[in-house]
Amino acid sequence: MECTDIINTLAACLEVSGTDPGLAQFIQILLGVVIVTMAPLIVVILLIWVERKFAARVQDRIGPNRVGPYGLLQTIADALKLIIKEDITPAGADRLIYNLAPIISVVSVVLIWAVIPFSPIHIGVDLSIGALYFVAVGSIGTLAIMMAGWSSNNKYALLGAFRVVAQLVSYEVPMVFALLVPVLIAGSMSMQGIVEAQRGMWFVILSPVAALIFFISTQAETGRAPFDLIEAESELVAGFNIEYSGMKFGLFFAGEFVHVFTNALLMASLFFGGWVGPAVDQVPALGFIYVVLKAAIFYLFSLLLRNTLPRVRIDQLMAFNWKFLVPVSIVNVIVVAFLLQVVRALGLAPSAELSNDFIANLPQAIVLLVGSLAIVIYVLQQLRNFGRQERLSQQTVTVRKEDEVDMLPAQAAH
Amino acid sequence: MNVVNEWAFIGVFVAVAWIFPTLPIALAAFVSPRKPNAIKMQTYECGVETVGDTWVQFKVQYYIYGLVFLVFDVEMIFLFPWALAYNQLDFFAFGAGLLFIFLLTDALIYAWRKRALEWV
Repeated sequence: MECTDIINTLAACLEVSGTDPGLAQFIQILLGVVIVTMAPLIVVILLIWVERKFAARVQDRIGPNRVGPYGLLQTIADALKLIIKEDITPAGADRLIYNLAPIISVVSVVLIWAVIPFSPIHIGVDLSIGALYFVAVGSIGTLAIMMAGWSSNNKYALLGAFRVVAQLVSYEVPMVFALLVPVLIAGSMSMQGIVEAQRGMWFVILSPVAALIFFISTQAETGRAPFDLIEAESELVAGFNIEYSGMKFGLFFAGEFVHVFTNALLMASLFFGGWVGPAVDQVPALGFIYVVLKAAIFYLFSLLLRNTLPRVRIDQLMAFNWKFLVPVSIVNVIVVAFLLQVVRALGLAPSAELSNDFIANLPQAIVLLVGSLAIVIYVLQQLRNFGRQERLSQQTVTVRKEDEVDMLPAQAAH
Repeated sequence: MNVVNEWAFIGVFVAVAWIFPTLPIALAAFVSPRKPNAIKMQTYECGVETVGDTWVQFKVQYYIYGLVFLVFDVEMIFLFPWALAYNQLDFFAFGAGLLFIFLLTDALIYAWRKRALEWV
């Protein structure tokens, strides 16, 4: 091994200078870990500012503009304020779980960053089961919110925790089914492998339905409007975090902000080609720009959703998941699997050498796109029928009520 | 990196990831004032004293959703190996996958018919 590039071959460099090989490798791992864990925590400072400015613009306000240029230092001022606030632990709280919950909610999100690919060579670690890893680690966040709600010894917080069980856990099912589609097409579960497979064609073109379902369910997983039932301010005061104050309260929100951006990054990597872009092989650092730009679009889109849509009711939320998203995502997996076999049988699939070529991917993409469109048309048709039935049944109910009202004075006359 | 190193990375990652959120809390513990009193530490509930025990029995519907989720979550794990090897398999693999997904859907239809998915 030669000592050329200091970051990528740090172990070799240390070995050349006479360090124990085991220790050298450990130092290399540790350095990589520190860089990857620091990234989301630095990004969150910017994200909070973006979110506040964006929300302000939607609501026709100016937003933070006093601390630093354009209010950029507002977040740092807020963090300082949160640190010097008194930390109140309610009497009767389960202290250990109460104190652990905010930490775990941040940890679970930061852990996802280990497998997010930023360029052909920049990734925390390219696990061969990366896709499964981020689902597993992400669902620890659900646990943190349940811990917070349960240990606070407050009825509002407990109601919030109940809703977590219903909501976050349920929306994981369509999310994983949607995730199955990129794995199916790429034939790989490593995040790097999934991104590599999109060099020829983004998966969103092959399966827009899966992309949409993944976006909706990750939006629900973050627990923000229109799915913010776990902290519904007007019903549960603040839901699971009602008893938290000071920095612990702040950590829940830091975790939430990073989670939204992490989901945008995953969305970009799984369906929109991640770091794939012009000249990325020559200059790997360009990958950072591509993936962050793509993620920024989804981030802003979910902010727009959050700030413009009203909250859904819990029965609507559950029915939407189990009676709409889950069936549609199952059908989507079947259709994609079937069309992939058909494409191969007809010889339309791109050969291994041409898999990076846009033109070679076109026939397969068109077949799969038509399949997706068929699903969309069928679903819209079914929804239209359902809506019509609902309206008809409501009309008959109101008509019957009017009849009763008419009958009452007649009976009184007798 | 070889397989052992990959998981060593994750192991170190888990350890380091704990440090960063713990730091501000530890810092706050030193810097922030600490003047607890009985009223301040009361359960926050619109200014009224809380009535009864908080950790009560809960609505069974939440539990049913948890159970239905469990069925799906366990079975979905089995679909991933199938999806992973799908590119190398022939049409029979599609049939096998279809059969498995059909069994999964069967569970969903059963739960649906039993009205386990209604919010009552």
